[in-house]
Amino acid sequence: MVNRRSFLKGAVAGVALASAAPSVIGQAKPRVVVIGGGAGGATAARYLAKDSKGALDVVLIEPTRTYYTCFFSNLYVGGFRDFSSIGHTYGKLASDYGVTVIHDWAAGIDMDYKTIALASGSKVTYDRLVVAPGIDFRYDTTPGYGAESTGRMPHAWKGGSQTQLLKAQIDGMRQGGTFVMVAPPNPYRCPPGPYERVSMVAHTLKQTNPTAKIIVLDPKEKFSKQGLFQEGWERHYNGMVEWIPASFHGGVKRIDANAMTIETEADTFKADAANIIPGQRAGNIAVSAGLTNDKGFCPINAETMQSAVNSDVYVLGDATIAGDMPKSGFSANSQAKVAAMSIRGDLTGSRVFKPKYSNTCWSLIATEDGVKVGASYEASEGKIAKTTGFISQVGEDADLRKKTYEESIGWYNGIVSDMFG
Amino acid sequence: MIWTKAIVAGALSFLPALGLAVDVERGAKLFVQCQSCHAIGPGADHKVGPHLNELFGRKAGSVEGFTYSDGLQSAGIDGLVWDVEHLDAYIKNPVALVTGTNMMFGGVSDQTDRADLIAFLRAYSVNPRDIPESLPSMAPSDPDVDPALLAIKGDAEYGEYLSSECITCHQSDGSDQGIPSITGWPEKQFVTVMHAYKSKARPHPVMQMMAANLADEEIAALAAYFKDKK
Repeated sequence: MVNRRSFLKGAVAGVALASAAPSVIGQAKPRVVVIGGGAGGATAARYLAKDSKGALDVVLIEPTRTYYTCFFSNLYVGGFRDFSSIGHTYGKLASDYGVTVIHDWAAGIDMDYKTIALASGSKVTYDRLVVAPGIDFRYDTTPGYGAESTGRMPHAWKGGSQTQLLKAQIDGMRQGGTFVMVAPPNPYRCPPGPYERVSMVAHTLKQTNPTAKIIVLDPKEKFSKQGLFQEGWERHYNGMVEWIPASFHGGVKRIDANAMTIETEADTFKADAANIIPGQRAGNIAVSAGLTNDKGFCPINAETMQSAVNSDVYVLGDATIAGDMPKSGFSANSQAKVAAMSIRGDLTGSRVFKPKYSNTCWSLIATEDGVKVGASYEASEGKIAKTTGFISQVGEDADLRKKTYEESIGWYNGIVSDMFG
Repeated sequence: MIWTKAIVAGALSFLPALGLAVDVERGAKLFVQCQSCHAIGPGADHKVGPHLNELFGRKAGSVEGFTYSDGLQSAGIDGLVWDVEHLDAYIKNPVALVTGTNMMFGGVSDQTDRADLIAFLRAYSVNPRDIPESLPSMAPSDPDVDPALLAIKGDAEYGEYLSSECITCHQSDGSDQGIPSITGWPEKQFVTVMHAYKSKARPHPVMQMMAANLADEEIAALAAYFKDKK
């Protein structure tokens, strides 16, 4: 906090706004800056710009020029999608909606001076700020495994090159080799994600490496859509997947990326390919700005998605403590619309309605075997509370599973156009 | 129509036990309006529409050898099974229950007529004892919504906000990419369909959930917004 403050103070007094992109300086319109161009941030930027019809100056700060979605990245691992099909750019947000897109890292936030420091040295001021940084890792949950290990044992829990690395390692496994996943502890991004990934790895190995084994070392005793996944693994990948809960392996004691070993209380596992998904917290920028609590996530106002720490700041998506809502792209997209409405109401006087939130997570277990879980939520007694929900059932017929899969493709097309225009 | 008589006579033997206040003979007469498209009884084959033997308990859009609309097949996959409630809803207003059905039929508005027709149809299904005796008094599946609901003036601006929940899945440009288009619908149809999900007459679980969370004014607001959306 002290570092951030002193670092920014000098900057604000000195160069101040001078080095920000020309289009974002010297304007009279209220400015909303969005940090992070994922499901939460890109949606917020688009809705703010679209619905304010030019009344707001919307700036999006996102380091990558091509954003690879984490959702549907498992389908790339399973061979159901090309990598390019899950990559998206920000061109339309700029050209069609007038969003100023700055490809840079947000290095610090000074909430007193309402200023963001960029890694390049520039500064951007804001009237309202949306922080949608996704997650970063807590490597304390995976002893021996850190950022330096991710080249040997990818986490692949952020979209992009890690996903490609994971697929390459699975494709390069020796015949009859062992794939080991260390699943993350709660709370984490995309609750069914690790188990969809196991399904997709099994789908690939069944074709290319049918004697291979998949071992899942889970710090949990149960997981999302467990019955559906386990039934699917038995049906499609008989004997290939072994899921081991914490009560059986006793906890991961040490991971050695060079030796490709994962040591648990009970046993040491030698992997030919490994996917280590550490524990998670809000993205670094949210932590350094002081927006997180002692658990590493950001408390928010359930009515608006405003930070509980500072009412000029809104936090979206995986970085938040969103009550009953899971951490998912769908959730972040849903929260972004509530935040955008609240910000517009605040800055332009537009109407503000009762917040509504929803989520659905589709997962693919095998070819045309899709399942889903979802719910609706509302702000209730200071938290985002579930109202109603549904989940796919074990034993559904093949037509319904196929339709669920097709529906997930429809949703993907829908949400990416809702994010990127 | 000799066969009709015979089978209906057999079927009738269980009807009194069920205490139904329906008139199967009258249903047989009412079926005349269906006959140009549907056959029923021994040896009945598909016509413009599928034959209607063994209709009860059958998944919608599932008879071999008949080419159904995508809408009816889709409803069947979502879980639409022909029982008294759903047949009643379908005969009353086909498009309210199944978007995209090819059954170009205006519907039977009189409840007694529908009950008699359904009693006639059920006589050709094997397990009539599994079929509910009569329509539940609440008629929760009734998709022909209360005129008061249709009369609500929708707030399109509110609808625009609410619509953001819809277009996470439904394409805002109106294209159908695995999830149906919902743009440019007449308001009455939109409201009717949403209430059919809300009452769970329509089977899709996501849509039942979404509709359950929408108040009557919110459904009207969405209808007002989407009708002009291209």
